Amino acid sequence: MDMIEIEGLSKKFGKLVAVDNISFRVPRGEIFGFLGPNGAGKTTTINILCTLLKPTGGRASVNGYDVIKERRKVQRSIGLVFQDPTLDDYLTADQNLRFHAYAYGVPASVRETRMQELMELVELQDRRKNKVSTYSGGMKRRLEIARGLLHHPSVLFLDEPTLGLDPQTRRRIWEHVLTLRQQEDLTIFLTTHYMDEAEHCERIAIIDNGRIIALDTPDNLKDALGGDLVTLEARDSQGAIAELKERYNISPEINDGMVTFSVPHGDTFLPEFVRGFHSGLISINVRRPTLDDVFLKLTGHAIRDQEVGMMDQMRMMMRSH
Amino acid sequence: MEEVFRGIWVIAYRDLLRFVQERTRAISSFAMPLLFLVIFGAGFNRVIGTMAPGVDFIQFIYPGIIAMTVLMGSLMSGLSVVWDREFGFLREVLVAPMSRAGIVLGKTAGTAVIALGQGFIMLILAPIVGVQLSPMLVVKLIPLLIIISVSLSGLGILVASRMRSQQGFQMLIQIIIMPLVFMSGVFFPVNNVPTWLEVASKINPLTYGVDAIRQVFLGVGSASAGGGYAIGVTVFGHTMSVLEDALVVVVLGAVLMTAAIVAFSKQE
Ligand SMILES: Nc1ncnc2c1ncn2[C@@H]1O[C@H](COP(=O)(O)OP(=O)(O)OP(=O)(O)O)[C@@H](O)[C@H]1O
Ligand SMILES: [Mg+2]
Repeated sequence: MDMIEIEGLSKKFGKLVAVDNISFRVPRGEIFGFLGPNGAGKTTTINILCTLLKPTGGRASVNGYDVIKERRKVQRSIGLVFQDPTLDDYLTADQNLRFHAYAYGVPASVRETRMQELMELVELQDRRKNKVSTYSGGMKRRLEIARGLLHHPSVLFLDEPTLGLDPQTRRRIWEHVLTLRQQEDLTIFLTTHYMDEAEHCERIAIIDNGRIIALDTPDNLKDALGGDLVTLEARDSQGAIAELKERYNISPEINDGMVTFSVPHGDTFLPEFVRGFHSGLISINVRRPTLDDVFLKLTGHAIRDQEVGMMDQMRMMMRSH
Repeated sequence: MEEVFRGIWVIAYRDLLRFVQERTRAISSFAMPLLFLVIFGAGFNRVIGTMAPGVDFIQFIYPGIIAMTVLMGSLMSGLSVVWDREFGFLREVLVAPMSRAGIVLGKTAGTAVIALGQGFIMLILAPIVGVQLSPMLVVKLIPLLIIISVSLSGLGILVASRMRSQQGFQMLIQIIIMPLVFMSGVFFPVNNVPTWLEVASKINPLTYGVDAIRQVFLGVGSASAGGGYAIGVTVFGHTMSVLEDALVVVVLGAVLMTAAIVAFSKQE
């Protein structure tokens, strides 16, 4: 039986369909990524899986337990790091952890050793007695990860675990996540909009407007685009298109004056192509497609503009307090 | 059942821990009722004089202020729910494997301990304002204060289950609670006021809580004492006894608590 099973799951808020009839499974021990733009329905899906929201249609189970009928068992099976912080800032890190241990009925005999181990894992052992209000955004996230693991869950949900953090902190959080994955038989379900982070996942689901539009390994998703991406600039773009059609039977696209197309093996294609090209080559570039390209291809729009969205900026502000 | 008990103690523990850590809140919550007592006691005692034979204004208002202290303190249960929701901590609580009823009862227990603490600080001041205290009186007072606290804590959580912001909660409290408190006989005997106020006060269940505490302070028989200035609460010509008053509060508490648990469990 798979760790997470979702079948025809929907959630409507009034007229708005936040999650629209999605189905997928996540096997035990996988790092599964949920990739999608703002408002795609990622958090809503997590809220249903963690029993905070009731679905308006379909069913879902975690660790074999139904999220509606067996809430307590689901709650015992999961650890959570929400998109927005859920720590008590007025208490110390230790007090927050102890609260969690009490709330989940972690036996006193193992509580303190687990707290010690986890705080070492997230490298906060020397800040345990400090109030959380004195923590930075990255430290709060790491503390939340430690807390989410305190009761030994079978699956850890991470909703945008690195949003608004600097690159070093992001890398460190990922190191922690990948260590965890090796050490324990832990399933990790995370959402992100950083494409480079999605690459760490064993499989990713791309979600847009509440619907899953693709689900596979990052490599398969990129391969599905038809190999490497070639972008070229020519003095005569129309001539270049005609030439490509004639010699290779390729129908390229033009974006901002750049001619783009895919070929299975860019490295061997390029020398031969350049030698025979007649339409006045100005520049040419070959690269492996990224998940950005996958997303653009599937949805027709970029996942998130380079600059961070309004909501994210607000969240960052909240978090840095 | 284990989930209910775990919920109660875990939530109460954290609310108390937090109360102790937030010194300013701790101090201000004790300062407020003191202020009331000083202002009303010093300000009105001379002007108003005796309320009934042997009962001057300060003796009349002192039990009322104790009741009010506990009443207002207990509403903090709701404010703490709204706080937790605003700062995110409520999610940590709601996804934990504890029963929602346990969480509500835990908030109530934590708040009641603090509110009773406030009430007791006021009690210590009794000799200073010239009110006699006896151990027996305190023993009788405790259960009354507890049932009042539980009722109002239930009301606080009931309101909080619907509110998303602190401002909203505080506004609602001002609209609902202030009139309830002012029309509960804390500041004046409810028998000798204009009819509309008398009716409103007697419909208000808090009146009976205040009356019970006042009767305990002023002694048995005080309810019907005092001829024209009767300070006991009479309903259809019947003067309420302490037990009858307490019964009204218990029924109120049971209704509010049930409603609070239902509302809190339903929220998403
Ligand atoms: N409680 C709610 N009431 C009404 N609408 C909601 C509620 N929660 C979410 N929505 C709506 O549902 C849609 C999906 O929201 P959701 O938070 O799941 O998106 P997301 O994929 O997590 O986005 P982000 O990347 O910004 O976190 C959005 O349009 C949002 O406005
Ligand atoms: Mg989200």
